[in-house]
Amino acid sequence: MSDVTAEGGHGAVPTGPQVPVEDQPAVSRRDWPLYEVFVRGKRGLNHVHVGSLHAPDDEMAVHAARDLYTRRNEGVSIWVVRAADITASSPDEKDPMFAPSGDKVYRHPTFYEIPENVPHM
Amino acid sequence: MGHEETVYEALDSAHGGEGQWAFGTGFDEPLAGVDTTVPDGIDPADLGAYCLMLGDDALVLAQRLTQWVTAAPELEEEVAVANIALDLLGQARLLLARAGSVGVLGRSRDTATASIPDEDALAYFRDADEFRCTGLVAAPNGDFGQTMVRLLAAATTRLAVFARLRDSRDPVLAAIAAKGVAELTYHRDHAARWVLRLGDGTPESHRRAQAGADAVWPLLADAFTATDVEQRLVGAGVAADPAGTREEVVGVLTQVLDRATLRVPAWPADAPPRGRLGLHGAELAVLLAELQGLAREHPAATW
Amino acid sequence: MSAPTLDRPAAERPDEAALQRQFDATIAADRRIEPRDWMPEGYRRTLVRQIAQHAHSEIIGMQPEGDWLLAAPSMRRKAILLAKVQDEAGHGLYLYSAAETLGADRADLTDKLIERRQKYSSIFNYPTPTYADVGVIGWLVDGAAICNQVPLCRSSYGPYARAMIRVCKEESFHQRQGYELLMTMMRGTDAQRAMVQDAVDRWWWPSLMMFGPPDDDSPNSAQSMAWGIKRHSNDELRQRFVDMTVPQAAVLGVTLPDQELAPDPETGRYRFGAIDWSEFKQVLAGHGPCNDERIARRRAARDDNAWVTEAATAYARKHES
Repeated sequence: MSDVTAEGGHGAVPTGPQVPVEDQPAVSRRDWPLYEVFVRGKRGLNHVHVGSLHAPDDEMAVHAARDLYTRRNEGVSIWVVRAADITASSPDEKDPMFAPSGDKVYRHPTFYEIPENVPHM
Repeated sequence: MGHEETVYEALDSAHGGEGQWAFGTGFDEPLAGVDTTVPDGIDPADLGAYCLMLGDDALVLAQRLTQWVTAAPELEEEVAVANIALDLLGQARLLLARAGSVGVLGRSRDTATASIPDEDALAYFRDADEFRCTGLVAAPNGDFGQTMVRLLAAATTRLAVFARLRDSRDPVLAAIAAKGVAELTYHRDHAARWVLRLGDGTPESHRRAQAGADAVWPLLADAFTATDVEQRLVGAGVAADPAGTREEVVGVLTQVLDRATLRVPAWPADAPPRGRLGLHGAELAVLLAELQGLAREHPAATW
Repeated sequence: MSAPTLDRPAAERPDEAALQRQFDATIAADRRIEPRDWMPEGYRRTLVRQIAQHAHSEIIGMQPEGDWLLAAPSMRRKAILLAKVQDEAGHGLYLYSAAETLGADRADLTDKLIERRQKYSSIFNYPTPTYADVGVIGWLVDGAAICNQVPLCRSSYGPYARAMIRVCKEESFHQRQGYELLMTMMRGTDAQRAMVQDAVDRWWWPSLMMFGPPDDDSPNSAQSMAWGIKRHSNDELRQRFVDMTVPQAAVLGVTLPDQELAPDPETGRYRFGAIDWSEFKQVLAGHGPCNDERIARRRAARDDNAWVTEAATAYARKHES
């Protein structure tokens, strides 16, 4: 019998070397495209990334997002965007745009010492 | 454990209360503050019978949609279908409870089931011929295409009725309708989006959606004819006249099918009410046997 | 988002040893690894396997209770159960999403589940013959799952940790509704009380097995713990579960089917009897009571509705703006 571990979730499954882990995935076939979902929980807050889902098109994506991530809570705002349309940078790739942030401490609000008695800062 | 437990408890308390559950699980009281006395000039027996019609439609359609859970196309649709079923279950519970509160159980309620809530006595201990749902909701699902065409037709007709019931002289019905309109609009739009995509998708999906429409349309034969109970309640300012919803329903369904490149099947000639009078095909008895079996096996139990 | 890629010319690519040092430092500092970060291939593969099996477990886990959806014995119970089963579909979705941030593809993972190339938790291969099973699954199975899952809210992989926070939040309600159902049934008829005890007898040992084999027989755990993917050992989590559950059983008024179960005066924890791992291995190997049925239903959901998925794709292509 192969190794077994409770690697989280609902319990133990085999994990030994003879259990195949996933190969490189087939480049998307019949599947619907992946969308990233952003929700504004209430007025005054930013939209925040909450997860993703698959949908055939934008309209279906926004409705599925409402069903899944907000339980159709009225009054929240949802953005969906195709994951493939997101341009991202990664800090570990040491892109130039990330280099300055570490040494420009004045960008950070905590750099400025504010006296305790100043209200609402 | 320390940190993990803190995480867990914080989550728990931040989202405590019944709001965590999806709609329709019935811990809250959506009718809180609504006057439940039956207004003057309304026959409680008629009102109860009418609540059964609307409640049974919701219960039976919820049961049909629940048959898709663990069998739906894509997980996103699994969640959507369950949401719609939960909404309908919530509507059914309010309507059956209202029917019970105005006395439909009456003398027929035997002592063995006296401790059972009204909604359960009505859902679990009536036989098929006592159910007042239409053939439109009782019919089997068919494939996903037929299921969505039926949902479109059922949500559209129910929405037209509920929109009118917001002005009902019965304050409870008016409150149930006001809550239900938003839900039914969502159900109708969800079904319409699918009918559009299936009708105008692949040749196979077009064929299946068309077959679904052809199977569903005849079920609309008694959708626009009122029973005597409904006619009396229309006169009393309580019920919506189904005949008055025809133009709206035909308009919406025609528009969706047209856009979906589907042929609108011939509209059936108006037929006298069947399901509303307790006349059902065998498929309802099968559905109810599954729904009611366990509850009937243990009539003295509490769940 | 796509898998981590390093597609620039080799000259500009940071060398792998430096990346490995940075990764190790992030783990050592108990900070999170995020999707586009460099990560060792073994870490990525272990995570994909773990998250996928977790997602599969949620989706297959809808079935044992789902079998009672149409027959739930009251309107309130029906609504609660439907909401719960729906939550599980949602959990599966969150988790598949987390796996996709590592370059996996949901349809592909589903295929592997159906072809039995990936596993799901063996607990869901047991049948649910009575309605008390719905309650006991909530109390014991979801309770054990919570013990496993709460530490994962601190998993080193960010998207997994975040998905788990959402899952745990909902899972706690699942456990409560299960326990509340059992309490209600215990206040009911003799037949109902017997049903509850019978279900506890059947589910107790499989619940303990959910934590996996003893630590000294669990060779993969060490690497996962070093990577911060796994936070506590199998035996530690199992002991926590037992300690938590024994008092709950007493309040409920049921007997846990283990004569050796007794408090240990020295440690203040509960000692319990030896687990029969041969049964566990049988179920895991695919010889459980419901393995075939569970996979068959998942396969049918995929195959019978493939035309729906294709239709929506075709519609989207026609109407691309």
